[in-house]
Amino acid sequence: MNSPITNKATDQLINQSTDQLINFLLSLADSNLILAQRNGEWCGHGPVLEQDIAITNITLDILGQGRNFYQYAAELISQSSGEPATEDSLAYFRTEREFKNLLLCELPKGDWAQSVLRQFFYSIYTKGLYTQLLNSKDDRIAAIAEKSLKEVNYHVRWSSEWIIRMGDGTEESNQRLKNALKYLWPFTGEMFIPADFEKDNGVDLSLVKNEWQKNVQNVFEEATIATPDINMVMQSGGKQGIHTEYMGFILAEMQYLQRTYPNAEW
Amino acid sequence: MQQQTIHIKQAEKKIWSLLANITDPEVPVLTILDLGIVRSVEITDTGIDIVITPTYSGCPAMDMIATNIRMELLAAGYEKISVKNILSPAWTTEWMTQAGKEKLKAYGIAPPSDKQQVCSSGLFSPNEAIQCPQCNSYHTQRISEFGSTACKALYQCIDCREPFDYFKCH
Repeated sequence: MNSPITNKATDQLINQSTDQLINFLLSLADSNLILAQRNGEWCGHGPVLEQDIAITNITLDILGQGRNFYQYAAELISQSSGEPATEDSLAYFRTEREFKNLLLCELPKGDWAQSVLRQFFYSIYTKGLYTQLLNSKDDRIAAIAEKSLKEVNYHVRWSSEWIIRMGDGTEESNQRLKNALKYLWPFTGEMFIPADFEKDNGVDLSLVKNEWQKNVQNVFEEATIATPDINMVMQSGGKQGIHTEYMGFILAEMQYLQRTYPNAEW
Repeated sequence: MQQQTIHIKQAEKKIWSLLANITDPEVPVLTILDLGIVRSVEITDTGIDIVITPTYSGCPAMDMIATNIRMELLAAGYEKISVKNILSPAWTTEWMTQAGKEKLKAYGIAPPSDKQQVCSSGLFSPNEAIQCPQCNSYHTQRISEFGSTACKALYQCIDCREPFDYFKCH
């Protein structure tokens, strides 16, 4: 028979691992939601109608992927804390410091080059990450990854083609891509700096990094763009809830309605 | 025991036939059975369990489809209906029925090709040979890989000049 102390220790360990699973799910959900919110700014403002539709379609996909992670997190939170949580309460009623999204996702949309380059970095990253999550011990995470990957493949192809088109295009498009690269590159490293909740859930970001670097370089070569140093000093903090000055403005806009009129519905 | 199993099978068949009345809110010519998104129907001691799967993660029609299933079965006198959404195995256009494909074409949307050609990740892949639903020409071009809903791409026929949606392979 176990002593009460051992039982308590086991309980604590289970609680800790559930907490880390919730944190991991929230980080995945938050990055998708915040990027969707940013990309959504293109709706009705795309350079041409077809590309406006393309980026908003991609946005709908990643919003859906985010919802799948939120729904799972909400169930676990409701079970473990006894306080009911929903995908909506997690999106609309958490504060800035509780959001664990990558800084990359919250940066302004900028021009077309900046938005497409960000999507390219993010899609290649999620492709590597979700591929690894296919083998997750958690069946539900593996299922979300399997579903998401089919969509992400489209996003990778669309954004890769745009990078080549702009880099190997006109002087203007090439310059805009270079400007975007200079701005966004210092925010890419954060993807591969593992947080505790990633390590605890069996994610090996060094493998994702190798694959990401290789894929980015291949497309950049074709786009006649030099790949910057991946080991330079990078910005970080998003996974720990320390965000850029842009985050508060995003939440103010995104959460305003629900905070002013709680539970309002369409 | 065997008789009971047969009885349950017949009852499930009845439910499947009711589900055939429910259409996709975005593409109303297709029933949810044509789309292949109903994965299972089971009658248990506690009620009826129905499992559906989304076409795309962000498909806005899923909540409405789940509600419509519930309404249809309630109207037919069923109670304790559970509609569960599962993601794995992930939906593929290969699950669309032949009848569904024919209905799509008659509606003016090119159905997914039997043989999937553009699901590769190759860049600048050549246009898939998609038949124009209006004039049947294969002389068509892709305008955009993304269309009016998540599941469609935008094409144009070079012969009859008609733009059309293609229910893209997935």
